[in-house]
Amino acid sequence: MSTTPLHLRVHAEQQAATLPPLLAQAEQLASSVLLGEHGRRRSGLGDDFWQYRPMQPGDSRRMIDWRRSAKSDAQFVREKEWQIAQSVLLWVDPAGSMRFKSSDTVPEKSERARLLALAASILLIRGGERVGITGGALMPRSGENQISRLAELLSKDSTEDYQSPDARGLPPHARAVFVSDFLSDISHIVAALTKASDRGVQGVLLQVLDPSEEAFPYRGRTVFQSVGGSISHETLKAGDLRQRYLDRLASRKDELTALSSASGWRYHCHRTNESASAALLWLYRALEGGTA
Amino acid sequence: MIAGSVVFTSPWLLVALIALPILWLLLRAIPPAPIRRLFPAVTLLLGLRDDDSVSDRTPWWLLLLRMLAVVAVILGLAGPVLNPTNSATISRNPLLIVMDASWASARNWNERILALEQFLDEAGRTGRTAAIATLTDLEAPVFQSAQAWRARLPGLTPKSWSPSAEAMRQLEEALPKDQTIETIWFSDGLAREGRETLQQALGAIGSVSVMQTDQPALALEPAVFSEGAVKITARRDQTALEQNITVQALGRDPSGIERVLAELPLSFAASAEATQGEIVLPAELRDRLSHFQIKGTDSAGAVALTDDSLRKREIALISGRENREGLELLSPLHYLRQAFAPTAELIEGALLDVLPANPDVIVLADVAKLSAVEDAALREWAEAGGMVLRFAGPRIAASEISRRTEDSLMPVRLRAGGRTVGGAMSWGAPKTLAPFKKESPFFGLDVPEEVRITAQVLAQPDPTLADRVIATLSDGTPLVTRKQIGQGQVVLFHVTANAEWSSLPLSGLFVSMLERLAVSTAIAAPTAEELAGSVWKPLKVLDGFGTLQDGGSLSGVAGEMLADSPIGEMIPPGLYGSSNRQIARNVLRPGEELSPAIWPATVSVNGFNPAEETLLGGWFLSFALGLLAIDILASLALSGRLLAARAALILVALAFVPEGAKADDSVAIDATAEVVLAHVITGNRQVDDTAQAGLLGLSETLFFRTSIEPATPMGVNIETDELAFFPLLYWPITPDQARPSEAAYEKLNRYLRSGGMILFDTRDADIAGFGSASPNGRKLQQLAAPLDIPAIEPIPADHVLTRTFYLLQQFPGRYNGRDVWVEAAPADAERVEGMPFRNLNDNVTPVIIGGNDWAAAWAMDTRGNTLFPVGRGMAGERQRELAYRFGVNLVMHVLTGNYKSDQVHVPALLERLGQ
Repeated sequence: MSTTPLHLRVHAEQQAATLPPLLAQAEQLASSVLLGEHGRRRSGLGDDFWQYRPMQPGDSRRMIDWRRSAKSDAQFVREKEWQIAQSVLLWVDPAGSMRFKSSDTVPEKSERARLLALAASILLIRGGERVGITGGALMPRSGENQISRLAELLSKDSTEDYQSPDARGLPPHARAVFVSDFLSDISHIVAALTKASDRGVQGVLLQVLDPSEEAFPYRGRTVFQSVGGSISHETLKAGDLRQRYLDRLASRKDELTALSSASGWRYHCHRTNESASAALLWLYRALEGGTA
Repeated sequence: MIAGSVVFTSPWLLVALIALPILWLLLRAIPPAPIRRLFPAVTLLLGLRDDDSVSDRTPWWLLLLRMLAVVAVILGLAGPVLNPTNSATISRNPLLIVMDASWASARNWNERILALEQFLDEAGRTGRTAAIATLTDLEAPVFQSAQAWRARLPGLTPKSWSPSAEAMRQLEEALPKDQTIETIWFSDGLAREGRETLQQALGAIGSVSVMQTDQPALALEPAVFSEGAVKITARRDQTALEQNITVQALGRDPSGIERVLAELPLSFAASAEATQGEIVLPAELRDRLSHFQIKGTDSAGAVALTDDSLRKREIALISGRENREGLELLSPLHYLRQAFAPTAELIEGALLDVLPANPDVIVLADVAKLSAVEDAALREWAEAGGMVLRFAGPRIAASEISRRTEDSLMPVRLRAGGRTVGGAMSWGAPKTLAPFKKESPFFGLDVPEEVRITAQVLAQPDPTLADRVIATLSDGTPLVTRKQIGQGQVVLFHVTANAEWSSLPLSGLFVSMLERLAVSTAIAAPTAEELAGSVWKPLKVLDGFGTLQDGGSLSGVAGEMLADSPIGEMIPPGLYGSSNRQIARNVLRPGEELSPAIWPATVSVNGFNPAEETLLGGWFLSFALGLLAIDILASLALSGRLLAARAALILVALAFVPEGAKADDSVAIDATAEVVLAHVITGNRQVDDTAQAGLLGLSETLFFRTSIEPATPMGVNIETDELAFFPLLYWPITPDQARPSEAAYEKLNRYLRSGGMILFDTRDADIAGFGSASPNGRKLQQLAAPLDIPAIEPIPADHVLTRTFYLLQQFPGRYNGRDVWVEAAPADAERVEGMPFRNLNDNVTPVIIGGNDWAAAWAMDTRGNTLFPVGRGMAGERQRELAYRFGVNLVMHVLTGNYKSDQVHVPALLERLGQ
């Protein structure tokens, strides 16, 4: 592509043009989830009143709530509900393998993955959490501005065919969301997950697959290629491979399930022809449940 | 290399077939090409092996398909030719073409001429000399260059008779004996005397091949009237199949236009050579019949002319004395009734009552005195062509009628009293009849000995008497006298109509004499004896195609020949007349059978159609293409890509689905929203396209030059489309277009009557003049016959068409033919003093007929380029310009009528306005 300013501008506008729809879609999707009570049910830093307790030794005088203490002889300390914001870090697979759809009736895997990730971020940010991107790309922050920053960074594609989850830059005890098709080398996934668990990070693995990857509806002589063309496999009778392929896919899912349960993570597989809101609901519940 | 009747133009290419087994091996080893698919989960597939390796071989049926395609390509490129014509005529010997050229050849005459042209062209290419001998019109064969014969082909027409054995013998004698001659015999397929000997003689000097069609020859026997119905028998020569034909009865309607009076469907059963049917027609219609015709067959044999034998004449019998009750045999009318009853309609009654029935003959048996009213009425009727037949008797003998002065209704003056000879009280023997003189209408009839005349009325000697006597007694006294009155005549028998005065009414001669006088007509065809001595004039004769031509220029025919001789050059089939009788000679005689010619096995018999050389290369190649298309589908199916291919196929199929016919109303709106020129769809694609392009060109021209702004022209199907929307129909004539149905003709006539105009274009530059050898001209005659077209004339110099927009005196199209015909000006159109034009009819002419191929001269594509060349150079461009001007004038004439003609009145109008 030529790099004249004009072309650059056009390209940039094309890229930017995808953001508002992604945002709008994500907002719409997020609004379909009803937020329930979100308190932490224990005292801590926060804006909401939690309880009064008698003053104990060690409490500084500044902590005394004088208005309450004036009503009685004892001195009371006013406690607020603990509202420490959780850091949630996202990793959405930007690799070429996600830019795939088997027909025009389903969206690309990457599109669905970004949509789900962004919608979840919106929900989390509205819930007061801080959301960022792994690998130090975007530090976890809260606030509406963060949403557009997330949207911008999530929309970036990678030229590589396959990528493994990036577990760098995870603060300890943060939460993580890895959205990918998890078709790359399983050892890298294991390594990333182990690294995350070592830091006490818990999270969610959301596998997004195309329906054709679940059904393998191919017959005849075929050369299968990865999206970037780096890997190819030729077969004379694709139909004969089907069962063996499905077996391998099932074992990959089993591995992921086993891996996640071993490290206290949650795993879910989502097909792009399924409803996005169901996946979002699961994702939100999984994140919420994990923090409870 | 010849295989059957298939020849290869480049047989060496067939060597390539040897390479097929190698190709088989090669193709077998190459599996179908793989599809490339994007599939991110390919990582999971890595390392999976295919179970078996068998499927990398192409399946045997796909292989077979491909091999077939290759074989078809090789065969196609080798140039196979079916029925090669050059294989039959390799020799360089002179070519003799023998043509039967009979009525039976006329049914496919064009095919014959085309085949003949081919043979002559081929002979011309190989430098052979040729001769054509037509057996119906034989001249000694002259061998000359094929080109010379080629130029004479248009003059060859089939004759309406069959070749005679005599003609075949003459040809046999005229054959050159000293050289080898190849003969091609264009036979009409009918068995005929003398054919075998001629064939043997031709076979002796060279090879003989026969060209004949396998369509059956159809012919009609003369129609016979019996038991109140007209019986029609049709015959054919080939009996294998069932066949349905329609026989039309044609005649003139009261306004003199020939019409189909009745139709009779007939069907030949399988293996039947004849079929018969009956038509019952009222007497009035029967009298109008002129001929029967097999619908759709152009051949003299398919026409059966009718003559007097179908007519029943109406005869009024009036007698003077009806008072002698009971004496039937003495009634003066008894013998007349007996003589006439089988063949005529008899009317009896008072004279004034029967006259309005307009009988053909009025018989007055011994009626002496007529009242003044009766006399005047009878004379008026007779002068208009009636015939008064009078018989003498006691009353006439006793009366004073025609005694001093000749009565206008008596041929001669009579002496008082009459005479009696050979009676008991008189001298002499009863008289016999003298032989009839040559000028008498009875000439040739035998006079029986036993006829005796015992009494008669006597004619006064008179200067005119000798001319009026047509039969005398042996002593020379007149027996029958005749006088012309206006267009009619009065005949007097000087004896009674009963046996009182003579034994003449008892004899057969009496009936014959009445017949000769055309008082009665026989049902059976007259025999030679009856006709002996009379001379018959051909009124109308049939040509080979079965059309009636005027016979006025032919010489008369002796009666006995007419009765007996076979039809031929001397007696062509047709209608012959003498005084007021008519006899028809038809191609087929009653009971004459048609049988197919049988050729010996040594003679090769060819049909006309299959002899055409067919290049098969294209078929083979398209077959190969078809196989390859199947191969594409099969390969797609094998490699699992058929699904996408199916979708593509459906798309392609959708693209080829023809547009549905437009709704009726939208066509009507399109046709009426603007002025739209229209042409009749002939069914010939090329002609229709030319007509469309021509009208488009004319529309463009009108748009640029005049205030008429026509829309895109339309093609009109006269069977289904409404015609009333179009001011002008352009009708190019092709010889093979279908004849419109009755309903379509009715629509056309309505269109013409309500102000429409049809421009007929025979597109042949009118080379032959109308109505003769040009196939287009003949077709035009057939097509236009049922149309209600007024009398036409070549465009007169002052016709309004010459000045509706441009001033024109020529009307060229692609050709500059001689005449263009329009409706004739009324006979009383006169030139007004001081005016340049006659004050002509106030109508738009309903038809214009010409052959200048106007559409080709007008034709333009959508960019305005002309499609056909006209003439050469500037003169050609000028001619095209004149053609456009004619078109402009034509449309102006159609749309403005005689506006320009009415401008002759402008000076008078100005004068009246006081300018």
